[in-house]
Amino acid sequence: MYVAVKGGEAAIDNAHALLAHERRGPADVPEIAPDQIEHQLSLAVDRVMAEGSLYDPALAALAIKQARGDLIEAIFLVRAFRTTLPRFGHSEPLDTARMAIERRISATYKDLPGGQVLGPTFDYTHRLIDFMLAAGVTPPEPAEAEPECGAVPRVTDLLDGEQLIEAETPRDGEPVGDLTRAPLDFPADRDLRLQALARGDEGFLLALGYSTQRGYGRTHPFVGEIRFGEVMAEFVPEELGFAVPLGPVALTECQMVNQFHGNAEQPPQFTRGYGLVFGQSERKAMSMSLVDRALRTREFGEDVVAPAQDEEFVLSHCDNVQATGFVEHLKLPHYVDFQAELGLVRQMRAEHEAARETLREAAE
Amino acid sequence: MLDVASTGFADPVLDAQAQFRALADALARPGSLRAFTPRLTPPVGFPAALASIALTVADHETAIWLDPAFAADPGIAVWLAFHSGARTTSDPSEAAFAFVADIRAMPPLAAFGLGDEAYPDRSTTLVIAVESLAEEGALVLSGPGIETDRRLGVTPWPEGFSAQFAANRALFPRGVDLILAAQGVIAALPRTTRIREA
Amino acid sequence: MTDGPANDEQIQPQASADRSVAARQALMATMAAALYEELGAALASLGDVPAATDIRPAESGLVMLRGRAGGDGRAFNLGEATVTRAAVRLADGRTGFAYHLGRDSRKARVAAILDGLWQGPERPRVEKALAGLRERLAAAAETKARRVAATRVDFFTMVRGED
Repeated sequence: MYVAVKGGEAAIDNAHALLAHERRGPADVPEIAPDQIEHQLSLAVDRVMAEGSLYDPALAALAIKQARGDLIEAIFLVRAFRTTLPRFGHSEPLDTARMAIERRISATYKDLPGGQVLGPTFDYTHRLIDFMLAAGVTPPEPAEAEPECGAVPRVTDLLDGEQLIEAETPRDGEPVGDLTRAPLDFPADRDLRLQALARGDEGFLLALGYSTQRGYGRTHPFVGEIRFGEVMAEFVPEELGFAVPLGPVALTECQMVNQFHGNAEQPPQFTRGYGLVFGQSERKAMSMSLVDRALRTREFGEDVVAPAQDEEFVLSHCDNVQATGFVEHLKLPHYVDFQAELGLVRQMRAEHEAARETLREAAE
Repeated sequence: MLDVASTGFADPVLDAQAQFRALADALARPGSLRAFTPRLTPPVGFPAALASIALTVADHETAIWLDPAFAADPGIAVWLAFHSGARTTSDPSEAAFAFVADIRAMPPLAAFGLGDEAYPDRSTTLVIAVESLAEEGALVLSGPGIETDRRLGVTPWPEGFSAQFAANRALFPRGVDLILAAQGVIAALPRTTRIREA
Repeated sequence: MTDGPANDEQIQPQASADRSVAARQALMATMAAALYEELGAALASLGDVPAATDIRPAESGLVMLRGRAGGDGRAFNLGEATVTRAAVRLADGRTGFAYHLGRDSRKARVAAILDGLWQGPERPRVEKALAGLRERLAAAAETKARRVAATRVDFFTMVRGED
């Protein structure tokens, strides 16, 4: 018999009140403001925007405050918020070649037009805890230098001349898949895979990218280029008919180039894996580009032998809101299911015992 | 060109929510009448009830089919595009929503999108302007959402339309759904409803 | 909807052929980067201007931002951004539009009014009222670029072997 149970409203209300109290913490510690989170914990904000799949730094900062710093909870809040808004349309493709560069490095070319620009990076820090920060310090004014004028071409454009690197084709006019509008089907094209990876969990993609380096679907990667900076987002409203600048969007882009032996159709060359992420998130962009290349296995006639190459495995498990929903639902009441299982286990034990008894008698 | 005398919703969020509630109630109880007063001024020639439904359900990814009477006034498509972003299509089978001025001159129901077995929701919803809707009428409705049966009067109700609707019902789970709108009142006939003419 | 004869009774939407599109895009980019307070002050400084009514009330929504595979390949949906838009009509029939990242509907409405004014005789006054804002944005961009430039790596080759 199924017995519906109801109750706990008062307990739930009180639990939420307690949560709000714990979120605020001790009253003698000043309350944190969302703009402090937005500007001083900006990399957490960037992660929430990337995986929440919604570019809005102020909103992401508020979500982090509400979630007490639990970033996956904050991502969940942002995902829920976006479902309440109408969609006006889609932007023109962001042109990363026109990025206002704040960081740009290449591991494949030392001297390249535009140079190697370190920007605000943790690289080369000693990873020693800085106790000065606990005291609160005003950092020194950053150094300044004359900016180099001229474009900063993507490294992949430089290699293109010799055709040693696989060329991309824009394929404009083809529909662009959107997994927020239509359920994901397999096999999924690269547009859908890149969308899923861009909003995928950083930790999951990091582990998968790492697995390819350790031999589970090796791709011989080199960082062609990583760049971070702002790109103007543009949208063409129907009533205006020209591209309206919406404002600058901070992006991290990673171009991974991978040695490829070639196959019957394609000569040996470098193939590409691509990563593009909201905000400053090099680890995510690099992981995304490793996994993007791994997921192109079929395209290059290679065998799918490792988890990172299995698109159904990767795409079905990279979304941390889906994952946390299904994992965490286990804590919800399963009283009836468990009662049924209990009955079943008792019955199986009785049968098991009876069978052993029969065997024992037969042996005697 | 956009007619300057026309407007969209005064409050896009609340007005769309109120209209959506009325639609949901109408579809949950087929054939019941839902009074609804839209708060917008569409182009002349596009009934406010249909316009309000259009702005509630359509966005830039929605394909809308306009019947020849509505399509004859380009201002209607411009108004829809400006306020909802929706595009119009000349192919009724690819429309998510179809707006019909004249039920008598409409293509057969089977000409619209019928959905497929995996995604029966991908069928066309027809929003049809009628002269009047009445609680006591010649149609006897039964099926999900109706306790025993319910009477409905629709004017005009073309000859043979009940048979067409029965054929549509036989496609279940595929098939179109109908929303009927007269001045200040709407009713719905989803694909699950049986219609008998008394 | 961009063709057809002009008519006093109807709005003439701005066609892409408009030769001042680039200047208008620059204006829109400036206003997108501004604060509400800055645009409000600019509008107030213009004094007496034609009144504005909403064609479409300011509203917040989403625009799906697209990227390209490899930066230059096939388009894909990167993720959405919050965008607020407004559309106004001035008393003399001119229309103004605004689309901005974020959720500030007051800012979008003021920007739409300034966009409408800019398309008529008030253009020089609008440009003048926004000059300070343009300077602030240019100076901020310049400072950022100079700080970034100081982190550029200058390689020097180590001399190897015997002399």
